[in-house]
Amino acid sequence: MAATVTTTQDEAPIFYQVEEHAHPEGSSTALGFWIYLMSDCLIFAILFATYGVLGGNYAAGPGPKDLFDLNLVALNTAMLLFSSITYGFAMLTMDKNRVAATQMWLAITGLFGLAFLSIELYEFHHFIHIGATPQRSGFLSAFFALVGTHGLHVTFGIIWLVTLMVQVGKHGLIAANRRRLMCLSMFWHFLDVIWIGVFTFVYLMGMVR
Amino acid sequence: MSATVHNEHGHDHGHDDHGDGHAHGTFKSYMVGFVLSVILTAIPFWLVMEGVLADANATALTIMGFAVVQIVVHMVFFLHMTPKAEEGWNMMALIFTLIVVVIILAGSLWVMYHLNTNMMPGVHDMNRM
Repeated sequence: MAATVTTTQDEAPIFYQVEEHAHPEGSSTALGFWIYLMSDCLIFAILFATYGVLGGNYAAGPGPKDLFDLNLVALNTAMLLFSSITYGFAMLTMDKNRVAATQMWLAITGLFGLAFLSIELYEFHHFIHIGATPQRSGFLSAFFALVGTHGLHVTFGIIWLVTLMVQVGKHGLIAANRRRLMCLSMFWHFLDVIWIGVFTFVYLMGMVR
Repeated sequence: MSATVHNEHGHDHGHDDHGDGHAHGTFKSYMVGFVLSVILTAIPFWLVMEGVLADANATALTIMGFAVVQIVVHMVFFLHMTPKAEEGWNMMALIFTLIVVVIILAGSLWVMYHLNTNMMPGVHDMNRM
């Protein structure tokens, strides 16, 4: 910003931008949304730290090896990974202005997201059914808090996705909708990044330990 | 936000219009990212499910390594993270967050581990007293 230090003989020097240069509408959305994601990242960091501290406190209850079914987790991971690449395809078709194809890829992404959620809810239901509830031990409290928070994010991501599909259906791929789709794309890929941490540190490490 | 100052208006197009600077990647980059992440996911699952490495610590370290690499792959190919995105502010926010995350994780684990070993004598320790 130093370029505008203009001095004439009588005037005091001006050390700030006198005239704000043009920011098109939504120009800072990507950066702002990125900073939101980073703050979300801190939430997950705290939950990971909690799990790291409490993850070994089974209170004579079931441990990871008694509970986790890695086949199910692998299937879950695949669902989320597929949803990531189909969202990528939605963004690519959006760039080409093809509304119908974009909607189709968004719908497929949503279905993969729903499949992920269904598998996770099935797993949670199974755990609670056999008595491995969040109240059972420190390990299970931390597990449900971490994995449940991720699941909640995916849930809201799907709600957001459906909302945007309605928006695109009503108004087409206008600039505002492109921006919103870009934000959701960042959100969606970010959740996939968090899931890498979850399946590695919670599920795989739990089975190794 | 911008480090560049517009003295004259009207030469906006090209280098510094803040509007559409976000890169979306190409079909190829998405596919490269996807194939890489499938491989980087499959190997740790295979290592753990088949018990390939006999040593638990070696397995743990290996899958942690794969997780870190896969996170970088996702950042680059799906989140289009480059040092130049948003004039470097994306990367700046990311680095700051990573520092805080490392402090939170390392600090919590370190403090709580020592708290457990020092403050809660188990049965065996009591016998030795």
